[in-house]
Amino acid sequence: MEEDIKNKLSRKNFLKLAGTACAATLASGLLDSKIGVAKEDGPMQEVEADLSKLPPELIKKNELLRMQQDLLNALKKERKERKWSMVLDLRKCIGCSACTLGCKAENVLPPGVVYRPVIDEEIGTYPNVTRRFTPRPCLQCDNPPCVPVCPVKATYKREDGIVVVDYYKCIGCRYCIVACPYNARSADFGELYTKDTPQLEAYESRPTYEYHKIWPRKKGKSPIGNARKCHFCIHRIERGLLPSCVTTCIGEATYFGDMNDPQALVTELIGSSNVIQLKKELGTNPKVYYLL
Amino acid sequence: MRLEKLFWFLSILGLTLCTPSLFVRLSEGLNPTHLGSYVTWGLWEAGYIYFVGLSAGAFLLSTLIYVFGVKKLKPIGKLSLLTALVTLLAAMLSIWVSLGHMERFPKLIFSTSFTSLMGWMVWFYTAYFILLLLELWFALRIDLVELSSQAGFRARLAKVLTFGKISTDLSSAARDERYLKILGSIGVPLAIAFHGGVGALFAVVGARPYWNTSLFPIIFLVGALLSGGAMLTFLSYLTLPQDNTREEIISFLGKIVFTFLIIDVILELTEFLVNFYAGIPAHVYGMKQVLFGKFWWVFFVVHLGLGVILPIFLFSRTKKSSRVIAIVSVLIALTFFAVRLNIVIPGLLMPQLEGLDRAFQEPRLVFHYFPTITEWLVQIWIAALAIFCFLIGFRLFPIMKRGV
Repeated sequence: MEEDIKNKLSRKNFLKLAGTACAATLASGLLDSKIGVAKEDGPMQEVEADLSKLPPELIKKNELLRMQQDLLNALKKERKERKWSMVLDLRKCIGCSACTLGCKAENVLPPGVVYRPVIDEEIGTYPNVTRRFTPRPCLQCDNPPCVPVCPVKATYKREDGIVVVDYYKCIGCRYCIVACPYNARSADFGELYTKDTPQLEAYESRPTYEYHKIWPRKKGKSPIGNARKCHFCIHRIERGLLPSCVTTCIGEATYFGDMNDPQALVTELIGSSNVIQLKKELGTNPKVYYLL
Repeated sequence: MRLEKLFWFLSILGLTLCTPSLFVRLSEGLNPTHLGSYVTWGLWEAGYIYFVGLSAGAFLLSTLIYVFGVKKLKPIGKLSLLTALVTLLAAMLSIWVSLGHMERFPKLIFSTSFTSLMGWMVWFYTAYFILLLLELWFALRIDLVELSSQAGFRARLAKVLTFGKISTDLSSAARDERYLKILGSIGVPLAIAFHGGVGALFAVVGARPYWNTSLFPIIFLVGALLSGGAMLTFLSYLTLPQDNTREEIISFLGKIVFTFLIIDVILELTEFLVNFYAGIPAHVYGMKQVLFGKFWWVFFVVHLGLGVILPIFLFSRTKKSSRVIAIVSVLIALTFFAVRLNIVIPGLLMPQLEGLDRAFQEPRLVFHYFPTITEWLVQIWIAALAIFCFLIGFRLFPIMKRGV
């Protein structure tokens, strides 16, 4: 029994380590090539996670591993057969904002750009008081109001459900930002964390790896001047890694998967009786569901 | 032209003093603004809708002459077209500097999305710009021919611009008028489409109840006729020679401006009263900011006081000199910028989800906004350029010649 737990821990750690190591290797390889990696509809990246050596009961029991398996299953399908969605269990969210910062770190977001803030509400009056925390990523609406308003077709909903921004096309008019009923989009104003300080830190010019490409941070170059938003970590999920906010959530409140898969964990949860969508009356039909 | 020296001085002063800010904008992008990810539209977007309203209004009044045959207004036909042209230029510059990637503007033409009203606007403005140039040419042609027989640079330029069409007989004049009528007739639905379209650009955003009303496109059109008409009235007063014709024209224009002022007030009142009665928080938040927020004086003093109450008071006096009408008109035309600011910004002040303002604290993730010095100076530069271009056009071409 103790041996099992020790093995389980070390396997989990190994998986995380292997994943990170592979990502780092891939990243350094990319840096050498100096250009973007594959195109959006290019061949799939080599999947980095491998659960084949773990006992299936463990995968079924552990939600993170189950989502990992769901992800690998989804990647076996064609992109157009997947339908990415997220479920946020507000009963479990503790408002730590690790997801906010994990996302910031993963996507190298500058000041002024946040993909997933966590709203903190106090409900009731003492002694009958509680606090509710609501993480708000891009809700990847099925009927997105931000898409038709783009004058240059720079933002669109992909076949797998993710609403993306083409950093090459976006002219930065910010009409999409204005049109979002959830304030989910940000504008990149070229801000720096260490501006007006004695030293501009090295991390300020780190590139972001969104949309399978390398985007160094240079004045006047995209994504500076563009609209930016949560994209469910496309650069991770298409390599078999769960989105950053999912893996870093310490309350285990963030679920992700392919809702076209009847066996997936998200599909089960979306069928709960306590599931809601934000601002449902607007008809946006978001693909991020909340469990109250 | 009266006050011409003042306008030359102001425009050249504006252009020279504000050019450094333009360079700051071009080199630093949108960073020198106070725009953020939440209040993401501001002064320059308000400038765009302000100038495009002036343009549409001035143009629609020109159609009174060239389409609807109001002969009385003939002397200011070319003036109204020139006004429409330079304010369109200012509008285009305002929206251009507001883009995160100014250099990608060709995509608006070459990869237009026609589900987007902004996409439509670009095509409408291009067509409208060409239409204005053509109309101005037809309206000026015979005057240019007459001018070209004189000596000097103006005469030589006039000769070139006739493009060889130098006949001045009655049949060619009639042909000019026919073309003007055709162009003007195309221009009427075009102007309604593009300025109603700008209103619709805001109105169709379901996420912003402050904008999402059916009245919005109408309010924009009425606002254009009001502000553009007022601007034209003022410019007519300055440019027309002092005689009975001027008195007649100014009096007529004054009545038009007054009528649109009343209609505009009724529409604004409707918006406020209907929304406040229902009291739905998302619908009244913006209005509450306008009336009771930090910038309440922009509405009460600038718009209501100087732009509505004082004009109505002065208009209602039995003896209205042209000068009074001109003063009232310039008040309305200038204070209308406050109305445009109060359209754009309050729509963005309310968090879409309660608590979002406190969810993540960072610069540019705030729900308040005031333009930076750079933003103001760039806007002033654009206005100065419009005045400068107007003066150049006025000096180079026989705008006030009562030819055609």
